[in-house]
Amino acid sequence: MRDLSVQIGSLTLANPLIAASGCFGYGVEYAGAVDLSSLGGVAVKGLFLSERQGHTPPRIVETPAGMLNAIGLQGIGVHRFVAERLPELRRLGATVIVNICGSTIDEYCEVARVLSDAEGVAALELNISCPNIKEGGIQFGCSLTGTYDVVSAVRKVTRLPIIPKLTPNVTDVAAFARASEEAGADAVSLVNTFLAMAIDVETRRPKLSNVLGGLSGPAIRPIAVRMVWECSRAVKLPILGMGGIATTADVIEFLLAGASAVQVGTANFVDPFIWTKLLAGLEDYLERHDIARVRDLVGGLELGQPEPA
Amino acid sequence: MPFDVAAEVIENRRMSPDYNVLSLAAPDIARVTQPGQFVMVKTTPGLDPLLRRPFSVFEVLRDDGGRPVGISLLNKRVGVGTEHLYAVESGARLDCLGPLGQPFVPARPPDRAWMVAGGVGLAPFVTLAEALAGLGTSMTLFYGARSGRDLYCADLFTRLGARLVLATEDGSAGERGRVTDPLRRALGDLDRGTTATIYACGPTPMMRAVAALGRDADAPVFVSLEPVMGCGMGGCYSCVVRVRAGGESRFVRSCLDGPVFDASAVVWDALEARH
Repeated sequence: MRDLSVQIGSLTLANPLIAASGCFGYGVEYAGAVDLSSLGGVAVKGLFLSERQGHTPPRIVETPAGMLNAIGLQGIGVHRFVAERLPELRRLGATVIVNICGSTIDEYCEVARVLSDAEGVAALELNISCPNIKEGGIQFGCSLTGTYDVVSAVRKVTRLPIIPKLTPNVTDVAAFARASEEAGADAVSLVNTFLAMAIDVETRRPKLSNVLGGLSGPAIRPIAVRMVWECSRAVKLPILGMGGIATTADVIEFLLAGASAVQVGTANFVDPFIWTKLLAGLEDYLERHDIARVRDLVGGLELGQPEPA
Repeated sequence: MPFDVAAEVIENRRMSPDYNVLSLAAPDIARVTQPGQFVMVKTTPGLDPLLRRPFSVFEVLRDDGGRPVGISLLNKRVGVGTEHLYAVESGARLDCLGPLGQPFVPARPPDRAWMVAGGVGLAPFVTLAEALAGLGTSMTLFYGARSGRDLYCADLFTRLGARLVLATEDGSAGERGRVTDPLRRALGDLDRGTTATIYACGPTPMMRAVAALGRDADAPVFVSLEPVMGCGMGGCYSCVVRVRAGGESRFVRSCLDGPVFDASAVVWDALEARH
């Protein structure tokens, strides 16, 4: 038995596998496919203060080794989440990371306050990177001062660990990790989806009603790995890495690049039973390489010349 | 809760250049499938296409002793995924997740059951017809297509005791015109005191027309909708359909709250705007 636990600031996770926000509903939907308590964490769908209807369909379209989505953060709002979903998540033993959104800094703070008063929230992930909504979200995530301001404001209203989720749609993602660190974040998660577009050439119309959407899936993985590596060199904060993870090797790759834990999103759409496979694969990898603790892999990338055999 | 099965292709019956019926060994799924439920199928092992595709369970396949051993899918070639399912050979394995979704509630006698199918929209009705036959409910299949060549598997229904009403746009089988024409007449001919529950699946304009006919005749209509679906589990929120509840309308996930909906609750304008 190997030690799969990882540390995200003050938070200890049973293992490095976290269900990514926006790809796992509110978690309870998947209770029949996976024992939620066996996951390192469950990042639930982004929540504003109030209910939101999201964008008109079509909301997704497939592209080679990936998909675009423009859901538009349909959600039940933080109050209903606390009343209707959180008790069930607690009963199921999930380590709950709540992804929070806001149109204004005040809204982020209010959502954070509501969740800080609730029982059973392990951490807050700050969604400052959704590419699909006009107001809020990415307007903070694409500006260094915006990122700093929203993180430091939420820092003042909660003692829960806060994890800004960073967008890859910037020139230098590491600068945003640094701004998050200076503002008092406990970790950063990256990457959210890449802003993208697909056109139906027969009708000349966009394939998504929102015109633009976010690209996820294996297609983005090498860019995400690069960005995690850049951030790991820029900050001391733990990193939750994500972007196209679909196999055990992908998980290891992100850990070696410097992520302390990973999130799996799109692959869960393809295979909701992926979690047990990834956990078994992780155990097997540690066994084969005789590594006692999964955390010993974090940042384990070798850059020197290979030693002669 | 759903099973995920690497289901072996037992048979691929190609009925035309576009349509095939794919038989899959999946006893776990077959045992618990209810009428109108669906499965999510990975049409090819690779990354393109990446996601699974939703398919109604067409038939529950049984062995000689009547034990469920598998399911079949009615497939029409329309895109990359369905192209793979048309070409796949016996012996291949396809990841198959299910059964999923809210089933049809079969009408009971003395209520009659009228199924209205347009083209590949026939898919969810064999399982419903079996349940109706088990209850002894009188049933009719209104089955429409562009041409007689596109009407398949009607024998599955007559074998279960269903009356068949066919309509084709070119008049090559049944009456010429839309399948909603004989449905309209049948509703007009319903004796006082006799009720019919209508089930519809097919192109959106057809289902919308059936919903309107049912509303005018005070007959309940249930539709099986087929929006683009990402995961089938309620995770992605891509398959939403706008429905009315109380005084307002909202998007609900058709994988969890559907694919079967009360047609009177569906906001048809929102659905048809996509086509």
